[in-house]
Amino acid sequence: MHTSAKRKAYITLMRVLMWVSTALTAALVLFLLGYVLWNGLPNITWELLSTKPSYITDRIGILPDILNTLYVVLATLVFVVPLGVGAAVYLTEYASNKRIVGVIEYAAETLSGIPSIIYGLVGMLLFSNNMGTCLMAGSLTLVIMNLPTIMRTTQESLKTVPQSYREGAFGLGAGKWRVIRTVVLPNCIDGVITGCILTVGRILGESAALLFTAGLAHAVNGIVDGLASPGATLTVALYVYAKEEGEFGIAFAIAAILMVLTILINLAATLVGKYYNNRRNV
Amino acid sequence: MNYIITAKDLCLWYGQFQALKSITMDIPENRITAFIGPSGCGKSTFLKTLNRMNDLVPGVRITGDVRFHEENIFDKSVDVNELRRDIGMVFQKPNPFPMSIYDNIAYGPRTHGITNKSQLDCIVEQALKDAAIWDEVKDRLKKNALGLSGGQQQRLCIARALAVQPQVLLMDEPTSALDPISTSRIEELTLELKKKYSIVIVTHNMQQAVRISDHTAFFLLGELVEFGKTEDLFSQPKEKRTEDYITGRFG
Repeated sequence: MHTSAKRKAYITLMRVLMWVSTALTAALVLFLLGYVLWNGLPNITWELLSTKPSYITDRIGILPDILNTLYVVLATLVFVVPLGVGAAVYLTEYASNKRIVGVIEYAAETLSGIPSIIYGLVGMLLFSNNMGTCLMAGSLTLVIMNLPTIMRTTQESLKTVPQSYREGAFGLGAGKWRVIRTVVLPNCIDGVITGCILTVGRILGESAALLFTAGLAHAVNGIVDGLASPGATLTVALYVYAKEEGEFGIAFAIAAILMVLTILINLAATLVGKYYNNRRNV
Repeated sequence: MNYIITAKDLCLWYGQFQALKSITMDIPENRITAFIGPSGCGKSTFLKTLNRMNDLVPGVRITGDVRFHEENIFDKSVDVNELRRDIGMVFQKPNPFPMSIYDNIAYGPRTHGITNKSQLDCIVEQALKDAAIWDEVKDRLKKNALGLSGGQQQRLCIARALAVQPQVLLMDEPTSALDPISTSRIEELTLELKKKYSIVIVTHNMQQAVRISDHTAFFLLGELVEFGKTEDLFSQPKEKRTEDYITGRFG
């Protein structure tokens, strides 16, 4: 049997179309990456990274924004990790009413799909109104925003721990909490870490929720004072420099930094996953 | 003969489904008791009731009683963790924890409060020797237990169960996932272990029951059909259903 000419032409056409879609997708990504790096990298100087902006000397530095970002990431993780992991352990290992668990999981899923500007609005009324516009208010807003992510990723990885491990430990007379602490949690640490890394990525990329709650200041502070004062993270600073000051060079420099950080974070998430996979399949 | 576990009128439901129907049975001390029967006959369910592993299954309801050393294991005053220390379990599929061989064996003793390093070393060595796997692993105690072969993993799991010094060892089809050579090593080991422990073994393999057990119980559709000395049950079964099963007419 020979393939008919018509069929051959059809197969070739489909193959070309698929090739074009692939090439287009790849080209878009590379273009965006290249465009941002091309415009941004030349503007990254040591002075930019290590100083704060000053109207007197007409100098722009993003050190405060880098520090603010760091503080927000740390403050958010400190709250969101224990809360999220705790909730996940309770829902997966302890809760017996599957219907309520289902409702909570559904709510969490919905929560993670809500536009971040809504979190900003709520955060402003809930936190900034009471504690003033400050990084802490921003962090708490981000805690609410990222709680579902940490909870769901932890839950999913708790579910991948084989039931036979739990049975083995129960069979030796271990109590529930000991089984969770010594057998279950160590085996899903990769899920928790992956969740954390994804959360860091989301915090780095978040601007809408922080515009409302954390403010726009560029002052260099220690972590305690920093969290108590208003401040712009890198993404917010990008917005401010581009939109309000017309400093597109600076904006692109920040964009390039964020892009590189995002790539590194994705790389880290992949590596963590691989590391634990390898360790598991000794 | 002494009996270490006695069950009386034990019924068990999974939701609406009755999996065990009024089981009454005395399990002798320092002997090997085999449970045989077709899939779904309740033999594993009964086994898992003896150390209350069924507590982990949602929707289980139990009536009747099971006594271990004369004490009702369902009594509120019974600490289920201590019960499971005294009545250890080996599962169908080898399930070592993904940690070192040493930590696997030490898991049970540590759970029950032993932290002294030299004492633990001693327990680990003895348990591995008792499970006839010491020579194979003594140079790699710090290596991950998942690197062992299936048969070695199962003997490791037996060692892990022995390390908490149980009185009874429940084995749920411990060789069904293993090759013939590993199977015969585990059978030899079981014969050795009955000097110190009372063993209850669920098996799909009737030859295995004949080879190693002293007593055999035949289950069918949640009922205990017949229970007696292994040689009697296989050579002159009292019940027609037992005879049909052991001669391969169904199952």
